Parts: sequence; C-alpha cells; structure tokens
Amino acid sequence: MTQDIVSSTIARHQGQEGPLLPILHELQHTLGYIPREALPQIAQALNLSRAEVHGVVSYYHHFRTEKPTAPVLQVCRAESCQAMGADRLWDHAQAHGGCQVEAVYCLGLCASSPAAMLGEEPLGRLTPEKLDEVLG
Amino acid sequence: MNRRLYVPEDSGALAVGADAVARAAEAAGAEVWRTSSRGLFWLEPLVEVDSAEGRVGYGPCTPADVAAIVAGTPDHPKALGPMDTLPYLQRQQRLTFARAGLTRPLSIADYEAHGGGAGLRAARAMAPEAIIQAIVDSGLRGRGGAAFPAGIKWRTVAQAAGELKYVVCNGDEGDSGTYADRMLLEGDPFLLIEGMAIAARAVGASRGYVYVRSEYPRSVEIFGRAIEVARAAGWLDGFDMEVRMGAGSYVCGEETAMLESLEGRRGVVRAKPPLPAIAGLFGRPTVINNLLTLAAVPTILAEGPAYYRDFGVGRSTGTMPFQLAGNLRFPGLVERAFGVTLRELLFDFGGGTASGRPVKAVQVGGPLGSYVPEEHWDVPLDYEAYAVVGAVLGHGGLVVHDDTADMARLARYAMAFCAQESCGKCTPCRIGSTRGVEVIDKLLAGDERQESLLRDLCDTMKHASLCAMGSMTPLPVLSALNHYPEDFRR
Repeated sequence: MTQDIVSSTIARHQGQEGPLLPILHELQHTLGYIPREALPQIAQALNLSRAEVHGVVSYYHHFRTEKPTAPVLQVCRAESCQAMGADRLWDHAQAHGGCQVEAVYCLGLCASSPAAMLGEEPLGRLTPEKLDEVLG
Repeated sequence: MNRRLYVPEDSGALAVGADAVARAAEAAGAEVWRTSSRGLFWLEPLVEVDSAEGRVGYGPCTPADVAAIVAGTPDHPKALGPMDTLPYLQRQQRLTFARAGLTRPLSIADYEAHGGGAGLRAARAMAPEAIIQAIVDSGLRGRGGAAFPAGIKWRTVAQAAGELKYVVCNGDEGDSGTYADRMLLEGDPFLLIEGMAIAARAVGASRGYVYVRSEYPRSVEIFGRAIEVARAAGWLDGFDMEVRMGAGSYVCGEETAMLESLEGRRGVVRAKPPLPAIAGLFGRPTVINNLLTLAAVPTILAEGPAYYRDFGVGRSTGTMPFQLAGNLRFPGLVERAFGVTLRELLFDFGGGTASGRPVKAVQVGGPLGSYVPEEHWDVPLDYEAYAVVGAVLGHGGLVVHDDTADMARLARYAMAFCAQESCGKCTPCRIGSTRGVEVIDKLLAGDERQESLLRDLCDTMKHASLCAMGSMTPLPVLSALNHYPEDFRR
C-alpha cells in the first residue's frame, strides 16, 4: 500500500528538474511523514545513494520520518513573537497535551504575533485562553 | 441586488478569524468577495463595503458585527470611514502594493482593472537590452538585503553564453518580522508572474522557479493556481515557471543554498565564484532576484524608470515595503520611499508599543540585523545611511521590543539560531555560533573576561564566514552588547 504510494509519487515527479524535494513533500503531505523504508526506493529511482537521500531528509527541519502522534501545532518562537509573549504560549502549549507541539521560526504572521499554525490553519494574536479554545 | 462585502483571505486575516466573518456575511445575505489584505493587520478582520465615497471599512470585525454592516447601519461601532481617508494608508507610497486589499488574488480581470499587465505589455514592445537599460536606469537594487543593482545582474545573465537560462525568484522569506512576500504570493500573485515574465524576456530565460518556504503552505497553493491561470491567459509566451517549496531551512534564503535545494540537495552554501549569473541552477546562467525586487519590475516598465527613480534618496531609489512587527499597537505593511525614518515608522505608523511601555530596541532587517537604539531612530532608512551606523535594512522587516526585553537573552538567541540554522560548510559559522552561545552564558554567569572573547569570536565570524548567515550574526550580538551593556552585567 505505502509502496504503491511511493511508486506513484516518484513516477509523478521523475520527469521534473530536481525532483527529490517535490517527491519528499508529496509523500509527507499524503502520509503525514516520510517512511524510512521509502528512502532506498527513492534513491534507486533517482540514481542517488541512500546516504544522499537520507542526508537531504535529515537536513531539512520540515521533513519528519515518524508519523505524528497527534495534530501538529507549530508555535512560532522567532523574535517578533518573542516580543509579544511567545515563550509563555510555548510553555502553555507544551502543558496542554492533545497535540504535538513543535517550534517554528516565523510563519509570516508577525503583525499578528504571537502566532502558531495548527496543521495548515494559521492562528494569530494568540493567548493561552485562545489556544485552549482552538485545541478544545 | 445583494450588498457586496469585501473580506480578506490573507493568512494574517485568517489567523484572526476572517473566515468566520465571511461565513456570517453570507448568512446575512451579502455577496462576499474574498480579497487580499490592505496590510493594516491590527484592524483584521477588516470588512469593506462600496459606498459613494469609495470603499468604507469596518474593523476589527467579529461574526456578530456583520449583520449590521450588511444592513447598512450608519453609525456602526466598528466603522472606520472611507478607506482612502485613513492616515495610515494616505501617508504611504504604494507602488508594489498598489492593489493590496482591493483585488481578488486569482482574478486576472481584477488585476487588469487595477493597472496590472501594463508592464508586460510595455516590455513585449521593447528589445531585451532596452528592458535591461530601463531596470538599470530605475536604480532598482536587490530587496533581499544585498542591494545589488538588479539591472547589472540581468545584463550579466543576458550576456552569458548558453541556450538554456533560468529566472529564480527568492521567496524564502525567513526573517522574523517580514511578511511582504507572503502577502504578494497570496494576494497579488500576477504581479510576481508579470515581473518574472519581464525578467525572462530581458535575459532570454525559458524557465522560472519561485522558491517559497514550507511555512507558507497557502502561498504555495495560491501561487501555483495563479501560474495555471496566467498560463491559460497566454501570459507565459515562450517561458514557463513553477513554484517549489523549501523545507524549513533558513539558510536556503542565501541564493546558492537555494539553488542546491532546488536541485534536490542539502541546502549547503556554494563558494563563489562562479557567480550564479554565469553558472547557477543546474550550472546554467541564472537570474536570482528577491521576490520584492521582481515585484517592483512591472511598475518600472509601466511607468518608466524615471518615475520609479524619483522616489527615494541618493542611491536608494524607489520604495521599500517596510513590515512593522513585534510589540506595536498598529503593526502592518508600510510601503514608503527610502529616506523615511525609523521614528516615523515606529510612532506615526506603529503607534508605539502594544504593551504601552517604552520602546527599548528595534531589530531592523531580520535575525541577522542590528538592534537599533534610540540615538539612531532619526537616521533615514536607506542602504548607505544604515551602513554608516552599522545596521542593515535586510528585507525591510522591523521587530519592536519594549523595555521588558532582555538584550543579552536576545543576543544569545541570535547565536543559538545561527547554530541551529548553519549549513555547516564553513567553520566560523558552524562552530563559532555554538561557541558564541557558550561564551554568552559564561559572560552572564559573571565572568567579565568573556566579553573580549565574544568580540574576537564575532570578528572571526564576520570576516571569515562564507555567507551572510555567519558573517552577519555578529550584528545583533554586538549591537546588543554595545548599546545595552547593562543587560550583560548581572
């Protein structure tokens, strides 16, 4: 099943220039993560070594090789959000449970700091109370 | 005839509940047009309605406010009056952001009704060298921070040997406090497509890529759809382009690391030479411009280089979309000619801090930018004047901190951020940043001898790093240390 998804994803992008990142993005978008067992298959299709593919996957913060255990909440910890109390929000989110909290450095919502993103849903002007409301 | 309401669909508006407002408006019987954002983010969700005096605004709105707006209640508590009379907008010089808040992002008809497309039409009637000369004459410089003259770069690529050439747009807007690229990708995508099509014609490029951060999923999606619309409308004559997503690496905003990433490798910086203009993407001659640089191009072609050059001061010509962020009452997008001062942006536009406390420090130009103290708030914002005071404009973002900010902590953060985001290719950045965190920790633990060590380390990073990641991290660190020494002595 997963192998079929990997094969069809590779096939869709193989004709592109520099197809590796598009393949990895689509896999993560479809499955929620990039299964380690897919790496040899990708390497072979793109005529790369497994080490090269592993190196790319591990270099970029965005790519994950473990399935998320809960909805992913990215809390911005960059300067603009720091100036508006992001650290407090970070601590609150950590304590809340029910979501996988990850740090992110800027979501481009700096005029609505402090900000976060739940899945792909942008959240701005957050307070601990508002976060509770969103997370339920 | 239902009343029409304009409700922004920009991520900054969605983040504070614009979708719920739009749904409430539809439920109240209004026709809803989802537009880009004006960039007045403290007023989002900002709803607008047509009137005899142009569009009238209401904000910040909740779903409960909407029924009265649809019914046309004259003295609504959220009423802002005609948008064109708001000082925040009146005092701006919006060229790149001329359509912000006015148009539906994926409507070519809206885009053309508000002046879009004129630059590409003009360019198609010109010889490639004439287009390049117009960009040279306009004085346009790289808006990513390096401020290199765009026309000179284009000419280098145009003259480079090779059948296949590329245009690459750097939309890897990773600086905290910046969101102008995101607003354009989501709100006025045809402007960037137009700018890239003009660049491609000027240098003889047949393919283009727009590299956008993975933190901006909506930008990637909307811009991808805009490319399809533009292609179907015949805008991409002899040129094709696609959007590519980064993957959460800050250093991929450095042009050569971005090329590596586009080619499918780790985002490790390349040594220069060769310049990307000679051997760039896949070894071909490549124009790499910041998104805001390319977005300024259509205006220059449509209105003529002299029009654009007449904005600004000295060698900093044209306008800059400054992005106000952090601890401010009225954070938003302020496009102004170069030469405006930080004090004007902070107080005339930003209204001082959101917390009501005194402003302590302003970081201009992202995480690699200096903390600018009050003594420099009257220095005109232009590339040369800022270089004199040891600061940079970067991508035009400014992040405001009130007097509760701990500058030593922020200096430590700058080093820690560099350690996390360093690509690892050069030693001063890879190891220096980690040592920087350790030295600051020791300094804060009371070992005053560490200060000279920190300065030496910054000196090494500044002069010996391969790219701006390592060479500019000392800017926030040393500016914090120099202007706020009391925060480092506990």
